[in-house]
Amino acid sequence: MSAPAIRVSGQAEIGGATLFGPLDLTLEPGGWTCLLGPSGVGKSTILRLIAGLDTGARFTGQITADGGPLPPSHLAYMAQDDLLLPWRSVLGNVMLGAELRGQKAERARAEKLLSDVGLAAHSGKRPAALSGGQRQRVALARTLMEDRPVVLLDEPFSALDARTRADMQDLAFGLLAGRSVLLVTHDPAEAARLGHRIFVLESHGLAQMPTPPGAPLRAVDDPALLTAQAQLLQHLRGKA
Amino acid sequence: MGARILNALFVTAVLLGLWQALVTLADLPPFILPGPVRVAQALWNNAGLIGWHALVTFSEVLAGLVLGSLLGIVTALQLATSGLARRLIRPALVLTQALPVFALAPILTLWLGYGLWSKVLMAVLIIYFPVTSAFFDGLMQTPRGYLDLAQTMQATPRQRLWRIRVPAALPGLASGLRLAAVYAPIGAVIGEWVGASNGLGYLMLLANGRAKIDLMFAALVVLACLTLTLHVLVSRACDRLTARMV
Repeated sequence: MSAPAIRVSGQAEIGGATLFGPLDLTLEPGGWTCLLGPSGVGKSTILRLIAGLDTGARFTGQITADGGPLPPSHLAYMAQDDLLLPWRSVLGNVMLGAELRGQKAERARAEKLLSDVGLAAHSGKRPAALSGGQRQRVALARTLMEDRPVVLLDEPFSALDARTRADMQDLAFGLLAGRSVLLVTHDPAEAARLGHRIFVLESHGLAQMPTPPGAPLRAVDDPALLTAQAQLLQHLRGKA
Repeated sequence: MGARILNALFVTAVLLGLWQALVTLADLPPFILPGPVRVAQALWNNAGLIGWHALVTFSEVLAGLVLGSLLGIVTALQLATSGLARRLIRPALVLTQALPVFALAPILTLWLGYGLWSKVLMAVLIIYFPVTSAFFDGLMQTPRGYLDLAQTMQATPRQRLWRIRVPAALPGLASGLRLAAVYAPIGAVIGEWVGASNGLGYLMLLANGRAKIDLMFAALVVLACLTLTLHVLVSRACDRLTARMV
């Protein structure tokens, strides 16, 4: 499994109006690319285009992986809503992908992944019995279970409280190492902490932002990180 | 649970009291409105007769409920999985609702005779649409996020239907079945009124014709109890079904 460089080039319009103009976005191969921007600017649309999901927008351009087509079997998807099926156990949710493909799920690996996210003791419970943070950890284990080189994260941590969010960032960064990750987020701190590459999408186009010094995962109390996230915020507010 | 039973008993007692008060105060003759005691006596004296006819009606209702529900479930699955079926069957389905089922009862009796099947078919007809439409709506309202996830997981259409859309639609199906449990007896009794030699509906007509109003009320009470029991049983089963969805 080699992590490909995903490139999105093109433009999108929705109902005749431009959603985003011509842009060219290349994801960090084997690393984290963070896509920031105000709501409604098309961040999620870009992610969904890569995922091959319905967007309601008309996209003209192309999406490639190392210059060729991106096979759907190369990607995994995780959203803000954990999308755990309430009628399945935690373990059953982790093993969902294989079953949906009509394959036999590797139970031992699913259990290992659940213990990696610290939920081994909860595998028989229903999702409703878990906290929001725990549910997102199950969703992370389900995403890892897919074992795909490209992982698309659509604001997966944004509904969590600050402490749980930082913990989830640590956990996800460690477990997703070596994969090409696209993280759509509206949180500058998150982007500054996790990004190998950081982009801001705005109505007039895409801008690549300077990455804070040091390799991610960056320490939350690093002054350079705090400066970088402040600069990102200023940029988002149109004051940089 | 105990409190609920107490509440139900209390309400029943109040209603019976009002009933008796109405009869006593308005001085109604028993051939217009017999009091609850008289009806209870009629029930006791004719227990065997009423029991037999209740059994007949219960069989009709049960058969109608099972067949109608299965038919509704299969139709909803067809509609949900095939655009062609939606275009062809859906207008027909709506059309069947434009026809009052009551109006069909004489025709069904003509075709299927005085026996069990014309009543079963009435019950089927009356519950088919609610079951189909409740389950179909559920199948068409799968949360979009689940479907997105299934798509990125490259789900086969079959697995997506059985592992995501159907379980997500079970609460919808449950509300259809709850309705069906109270509608099915209506269908069966209409069938019995139009033409039958057995069943509570038949017994009520017979008793009415012979001015045995207390017997008629006794049959009515049994019919109400039968419907309530069915409703409770189906509701319980549905609750069990949907408890897993929470």
